[in-house]
Amino acid sequence: MAGLGFEETELRLGLPGGSNEAEEAAAAVRSSGKRGYAETIDLVLKLEPASAAAPPSEDDEEVADGVAEAQPSPAAADGQLKRSPSQCSVVTAAQPDADPEKPRAPKAQAVGWPPVRSFRRNMLAATAERGGAALVKVSMDGAPYLRKVDMGTYKSYQELSKALEKMFSSFTIGNDCSQAQGMTGMNESKLVDLLNGSDYVPTYEDKDGDWMLVGDVPWEMFVASCKRLRIMKGSEAIGLAPRAMEKCKSRS
Amino acid sequence: RKQKDNDTASLSTPSSPDALPAAAASPRAPPARASRRVASPGPATARAAPMGRGGARDGAAAAPPWHSLPDEVLEHAFSFLPAAADRGAAAAVCHGWLGAERRSRRRLAVANCYAAAPRDAVDRFPSVRAAEVKGKPHFADFGLVPPAWGAEAAPWVAAAADGWPLLEELSFKRMVVTDECLEMIASSFRNFQVLRLVSCEGFSTAGLAAITEGCRNLRELDLQENYIEDCSSHWLSYFPESFTSLETLNFSCLEGEVNFAVLERLVSRCRNLKTLKLNNAIPLDKVASLLRKAPQLVELGTGKFSAEYHSDLFAKLEAAFAGCKSLRRLSGAWDAVPDYLPAFYCVCEGLTSLNLSYATVRGPELIKFISRCKNLQQLWVMDLIEDHGLAVVAGSCSKLQELRVFPSDPFGAGQVLLTERGLVDVSASCPMLESVLYFCGQMTNEALITIAKNRPNFTCFRLCILEPRTPDYVTRESLDAGFSAIVESCKGLRRLSVSGLLTDLVFKSIGANGNCLEMLSIAFAGNSDLGLHYILSGCKTLKKLEIRDCPFGNKPLLANAAKLETMRSLWMSSCSLTLGACRQLAEKMPRLTVEIMNDPGRTCPVESLPDDSPVETLYVYRTIAGPRSDTPDYVQIV
Repeated sequence: MAGLGFEETELRLGLPGGSNEAEEAAAAVRSSGKRGYAETIDLVLKLEPASAAAPPSEDDEEVADGVAEAQPSPAAADGQLKRSPSQCSVVTAAQPDADPEKPRAPKAQAVGWPPVRSFRRNMLAATAERGGAALVKVSMDGAPYLRKVDMGTYKSYQELSKALEKMFSSFTIGNDCSQAQGMTGMNESKLVDLLNGSDYVPTYEDKDGDWMLVGDVPWEMFVASCKRLRIMKGSEAIGLAPRAMEKCKSRS
Repeated sequence: RKQKDNDTASLSTPSSPDALPAAAASPRAPPARASRRVASPGPATARAAPMGRGGARDGAAAAPPWHSLPDEVLEHAFSFLPAAADRGAAAAVCHGWLGAERRSRRRLAVANCYAAAPRDAVDRFPSVRAAEVKGKPHFADFGLVPPAWGAEAAPWVAAAADGWPLLEELSFKRMVVTDECLEMIASSFRNFQVLRLVSCEGFSTAGLAAITEGCRNLRELDLQENYIEDCSSHWLSYFPESFTSLETLNFSCLEGEVNFAVLERLVSRCRNLKTLKLNNAIPLDKVASLLRKAPQLVELGTGKFSAEYHSDLFAKLEAAFAGCKSLRRLSGAWDAVPDYLPAFYCVCEGLTSLNLSYATVRGPELIKFISRCKNLQQLWVMDLIEDHGLAVVAGSCSKLQELRVFPSDPFGAGQVLLTERGLVDVSASCPMLESVLYFCGQMTNEALITIAKNRPNFTCFRLCILEPRTPDYVTRESLDAGFSAIVESCKGLRRLSVSGLLTDLVFKSIGANGNCLEMLSIAFAGNSDLGLHYILSGCKTLKKLEIRDCPFGNKPLLANAAKLETMRSLWMSSCSLTLGACRQLAEKMPRLTVEIMNDPGRTCPVESLPDDSPVETLYVYRTIAGPRSDTPDYVQIV
């Protein structure tokens, strides 16, 4: 195809995707469609550094301004208010000829596929983003109502722990009929013990709906997968509590 | 290039040049009713010559009356033909009818803003009261068209301001509408009543303020999925206190806050308000209070809310909804708070339309809610409903006509939430189902064949299997058999989108059986030129064809060039086209505009490139206006 000769200097109208018809027809299951735009558009729109399959690198400088102006916004909720619907919010795969054996961990997508309207895509992205740093419900066994915390405002388990203590202090101060056994004579240190002590075990529900012990995974991973929190009464966390106590104590 | 007179009688139907003699009047001439009458030939030669009018008054006793009906009679007769296609057909009968029809036409739909020049449209149809104009190609919705492509509304607004002072309704879809446009609308049409903007961009709340302030007779302000810049202008406050004519207010796509007190007062005094769609800035308790003020609402969009469960708020909502006896359509972007769904139970029975496609609610509460909506005709949900949810829908909503299931996580880990089973169940149990948009993770030929057998009454079938080129997951074959069954069974199919692994054979079937097909969308399918050839040589009524990432080349395009003029538009991106073929096409078909899109940011005159340069994106459409002059750098007209 003569198109190759013009790559370096001339306007590149792009190599069509169909140049490998035979391949495509033969491939029964080819989870492709990762090709996205032709390579030239990849240069302009891709957000990742040029991969092996990218066209000659001398184009990269020329294209710099093209990249700047055509830069799509990944999940539109990164504070960018002005979103033109014509800007793709999908990362273009810059590796059309990726090794099929290599496990494709970050899923590369074709531009504009699946055909979901930009407006809807942005809404979903905003929700997902919010979902990552979401308002998460926190329940404490025995408390009359739940609370919500914004996970995004904390940087570590420590901070979260402090915040939760503040929130639930009202339930544990001088509350004889609550299940706060062993919590006599409330003071700061007792509050700290609230979560680290044997009576309460902080657990969370993850994306799969499983109830997990707080503290096992790195903070960021925890925030991303946490859907709600439950401060479980020790007596309910049978089998969990002793281990929890160990972990909590080692965490301080 | 201007062959307007021999061309389309109306802007949206194909031409039938044989029926019309060359028109005498130029587009700019004033509607010359008087002069036509004088010029009409005598009745004795009426049969052979162009049909005259007013024959009776000219003393034509011999001519049968219907040959020479006065304009008023014709126009009155045509007023019973609201459908554009019928009016177009009537106008193509003869010169007299053409004149009467075009002068009396009240509604104009311009499906491609570049198919005709705005001034020509205004001159040809001087009595238009309602106009709808669509701009960018459909694939612009999915980000395949870079910014600044065109489709500016300004020329249309300017022409309308000049030629249609009595304009009442204006609707723009996929166009660039600026604040200046809105200001011009507000100041040019004294009886302006309806503004509808769908998937548009380029304007801000300042423009909206011009509308609310200037349009004293406004009945509908309908903003759907637009990108509106928030200038913090209190556009809602510009409605005068004396203003009470509002019937539809939809600002669901607006991001910013609105003054709630102003909204409440507006809702209170507009007693004819039927449709109210709020944005996500309005919290749940405010929704309750608005409902109390407007219990006559027929359509409600709650915007997005995420509220913790409070029993008193629940009670408020429940009471408010109980008062809305007329509520038929419900939508909103609910953020997964199933606890509040029971508050809506009292309206479920009356609902005909439910749009939860932005709601991330899932689980049994969602399903329970939908199952109570026994009279539902239209249901839009996310795939969070899953197969078992759709099975419940199938059992409960026997009147369902339209189902759309959107992907909640289109780019995600590929966890398959929805399979073919959901669609099979719904198609089996909902006898009136005729329109489907379905995003799912897997499909089989058997399922499609079953669906086709169950529902031969489909008019719109759009299936999107999320992963391109996915085969039948049981047999590992292509889905040719399944989609063929659909087109063979659904004789009235007007719109079809295919996906999954498909060979040329499916297009043979579509070409042969798609006799009512008007719009076809193809992606990652086919093996060779044959596929495209089958489509273009079949599908007699095809209007819009959009193709991406298919191995279709030049030959079928050139072989079926004439077909393209019977269609509204053709989009082909990431196929196997070359520049030479596009040049040939443009030369062969002067009434088509052949547009080629290049890399934004890199410009080079296309004239200098050789014929075998590959073409990434081709957009071809018929037009009577000649090539457009507002192309950005990256678009070249061949």
